[in-house]
Amino acid sequence: MHRVLSWLLAALIAVATPAFAADLDPLVRALGTGTYADTEKALAKLAETGDTAAVPVIEALQTGDLHVRKADGAVVVARKAGNGVALTDPLTGAALGEADRSAVEKIKINNSLRRSISAALGALTLMSPNPQTRRQAADAVFKSRDVNALEALDTALAKETDEGVRRAMFQARAAVVLNSSAPDADKIAAVETLKARGDRDALALLNAAANSGGAEVKAVAERAIASVEQRLALWGAAQNLWYGLSLGSVLLLAAIGLAVTFGVMGVINMAHGEMVMIGAYATFLVQEVFRTFAPGLFDLSILVALPVAFLASGAVGVAIERSVIRWLYGRPLETLLATWGLSLALQQAVRSIFGPTNREVGAPSWMSGAFELGGLTITYGRLWIVVFAFLVFAALLVALRKTAFGLNIRAVTQNRSMASAMGIRTARVDALTFGLGSGIAGLAGVALSQIDNVSPNLGQGYIIDSFMVVVFGGVGNLWGTLVGALALGSVNKFLEPYAGAVLGKILVLIFIILFIQRRPRGLFALKGRAVEA
Amino acid sequence: MLKTGRSLAAAAGLALCAAAGFAAPASAQDTIKVGILHSLSGTMAISETTLKDVMLMLIEEQNKKGGVLGKKLEPVVVDPASNWPLFAEKARELLTKDKVAAVFGCWTSVSRKSVLPVFEELNGLLFYPVQYEGEESSRNVFYTGAAPNQQAIPAVDYLAEKEGVKRWVLAGTDYVYPRTTNKILETYLKSKGVKSEDIMINYTPFGHSDWQNIVADVKKFGSAGKKTAVVSTINGDANVPFYKELGNQGIKAQDIPVVAFSVGEEELAGIDTKPLVGHLAAWNYFQSIDTAENADFIKKWQTFTKNDKRVTNDPMEAHYIGFNMWVKAVEKAGTTAPDAVIDSIVGVSVPNLTGGYSAMMPNHHITKPVLIGEVQENGQFETVSKTPGLVVGDEWSDFLPDSKDLIADWRAPMSCGNFNVKTGKCGGKGS
Repeated sequence: MHRVLSWLLAALIAVATPAFAADLDPLVRALGTGTYADTEKALAKLAETGDTAAVPVIEALQTGDLHVRKADGAVVVARKAGNGVALTDPLTGAALGEADRSAVEKIKINNSLRRSISAALGALTLMSPNPQTRRQAADAVFKSRDVNALEALDTALAKETDEGVRRAMFQARAAVVLNSSAPDADKIAAVETLKARGDRDALALLNAAANSGGAEVKAVAERAIASVEQRLALWGAAQNLWYGLSLGSVLLLAAIGLAVTFGVMGVINMAHGEMVMIGAYATFLVQEVFRTFAPGLFDLSILVALPVAFLASGAVGVAIERSVIRWLYGRPLETLLATWGLSLALQQAVRSIFGPTNREVGAPSWMSGAFELGGLTITYGRLWIVVFAFLVFAALLVALRKTAFGLNIRAVTQNRSMASAMGIRTARVDALTFGLGSGIAGLAGVALSQIDNVSPNLGQGYIIDSFMVVVFGGVGNLWGTLVGALALGSVNKFLEPYAGAVLGKILVLIFIILFIQRRPRGLFALKGRAVEA
Repeated sequence: MLKTGRSLAAAAGLALCAAAGFAAPASAQDTIKVGILHSLSGTMAISETTLKDVMLMLIEEQNKKGGVLGKKLEPVVVDPASNWPLFAEKARELLTKDKVAAVFGCWTSVSRKSVLPVFEELNGLLFYPVQYEGEESSRNVFYTGAAPNQQAIPAVDYLAEKEGVKRWVLAGTDYVYPRTTNKILETYLKSKGVKSEDIMINYTPFGHSDWQNIVADVKKFGSAGKKTAVVSTINGDANVPFYKELGNQGIKAQDIPVVAFSVGEEELAGIDTKPLVGHLAAWNYFQSIDTAENADFIKKWQTFTKNDKRVTNDPMEAHYIGFNMWVKAVEKAGTTAPDAVIDSIVGVSVPNLTGGYSAMMPNHHITKPVLIGEVQENGQFETVSKTPGLVVGDEWSDFLPDSKDLIADWRAPMSCGNFNVKTGKCGGKGS
């Protein structure tokens, strides 16, 4: 049965290929000759045929699989197989055997070719049976504004049933019309369509139309631009709020561990940033293990990295407390100097072990990319970090309030001798509390490895900000840290568009200095006897 | 683990070198000392450690060939720790205590400015391997990296001609190199007829990590209906979060290309480059250049570092060129005396790694080809444009009002780093 089928298939291919291979073959062959400009010309000719048989060829060109066989100049698809490459015919998909990697030369593409490729693919795949492909095709045509695609677009529109795809095609058609020499009435209708779309891409097209069209088109386009801009300005404010929240959550993550070691225990830990860095390097190591042993499960690596980073940073924290800090309780200046020295030592240790260059920490697929929410662009990575920051905050709050360990911590920090008299092993609690703070810093490291570079200097960038948040929020108060982080994040992001990143930072610092002058104990000051202790 | 082994081996090697130097003073007289002034700790260690290694490799190679003037070369490595005043101190130590014949070092412009008076006072030789903002020419310094006209201006020309870019975002880190480069570019663009509303300039602090709204601003700036590009002089660590944010917000190279002057193979090693395919960089060297010299260099480098994944980059090539120029000039002069070398090095020409020759010009800058490359998925660059000939480094930019009349020529009888062709006098800016 199997054999019969494959025979049949082979026969079919044999019959079917010459029909189109005859016209396409020389065009495909031309892709592999000469410079970028030559390839581009060949591609344009290939796209002009409108023959969907060319789609796999163009796709292979896009992914960089299309090669020229040096021996005879034939254009082939070459994919890695063992030590060499497996060759297939780009049009028929028929296997052409294996070859050495040096026997073929890749057809290189540059940005302008990449644009032409997506335009060509867009025009050719408008009639694809898959609605998602049709949607992508429509979006590609929207971007390319290729006048030649108009005919294909109209044919596709007539047959389209899916509402979403239809709208995308309609917008693509509007973009093409604005780019063409269509009569003004058509263009005005197109402007209205784009006005309804109302995003940045539409704005770009409208701006172009306003600059080039006739007087009537120009007037309509300008009205449309004003309305789109107004809408975008509203969304812009919301976007700023989101950026503020997102920066705030990063600050919260970095500062929350410090809120435990500095806020609750009163230890000025200059090596806090290095705990964050250790967490990030733990993530890197976990990902390396996943890359080597289970590349298929890579998306889970971040989740596995969380406990690993917590334990790694926590263990280093406990070791630091036992070896250095416990001898220095009540001597803030010495603690500051000792932990600062430690921070330099840890940085150099990591630099010697992992090298001074950045390490690559990949993003799992569920943390890459972005989605549109109305006029907002929200990146998944940032969204998860915001969620994660609040989860860590809630978990820490529960741990301190509701668990026996939390009770011990609070007892020891409020009245050490009384706690000791009640049978609490205060030295052990000290070590574990410091370990907890450091472990949370390690968790922050996992999150920061997604947005910052994993290098020995990672922690340095966050130590100042962390102290600022804790001091501003009020030492010893977790809620203060939360409010402080979010407030500083938002203020920073609202200042940035007006003042620029550098001046914005300076203004925030000045604001904090003034604020601390007025309220030395921060936003949420602890009251009562604990303050004097 | 492999890495620890390597650094241990390197440390042991250094210790041996040092021991040999101390134990046998008689043999020490038969060596020529070469100073290496690169940060091995602190923020710049990420870039500079590699350059220290490449110098050690070049010196080892030269010693295998019999050294220079019949003497072995002896590297003297010091660590200025990314601390600018310490650079000056260490430079003084190299010149007075170790009496090195030449120093190869510095990365940031501020470190170069900090050692400059020391080299001029003690009449030492410094080979500076990094692209910089120009506006300087010293008798004692040889600039083997690119001047703005060997990197920034050809890159902008490429975008304007090949990509049809009409609107420009000049984004940089807030310090002297980006500010000067952007000033030059702004004047240059305006001289090409670009209006001021089509230029957006943005500065961020060192190590900036939250790029969300700046990237969003770029997107907004790019939606004015004209082709837009970003010219990035963002330096060091801030690049990684910047490119990550570009990838996340879906800014593709086809729509808004970013051309960078400080991002090379080494920097890309820490990023997932899939979303960045097609973004550009302008350099005078790429690892992907297909020449026999380059293949040989990469092989030696990977053997030397015992790591077949180590990448090479532009400043490494600059040291390769600079070191070979110095060797040739010393052999021509027959001595390592700085004055003799300064006289003999002008006009010396050595092969570069991109299939041509680089020559030392009278202004102490060198000739180089300019390459524009696009980022590939494997973290390498694919050359998409190469200047047909070599470009001579122009120390005083023609696009800044107070430096366009200045030239530098260190040959006798002019022997001046800032000769004003209008007034016919030596002196002016930078004196």
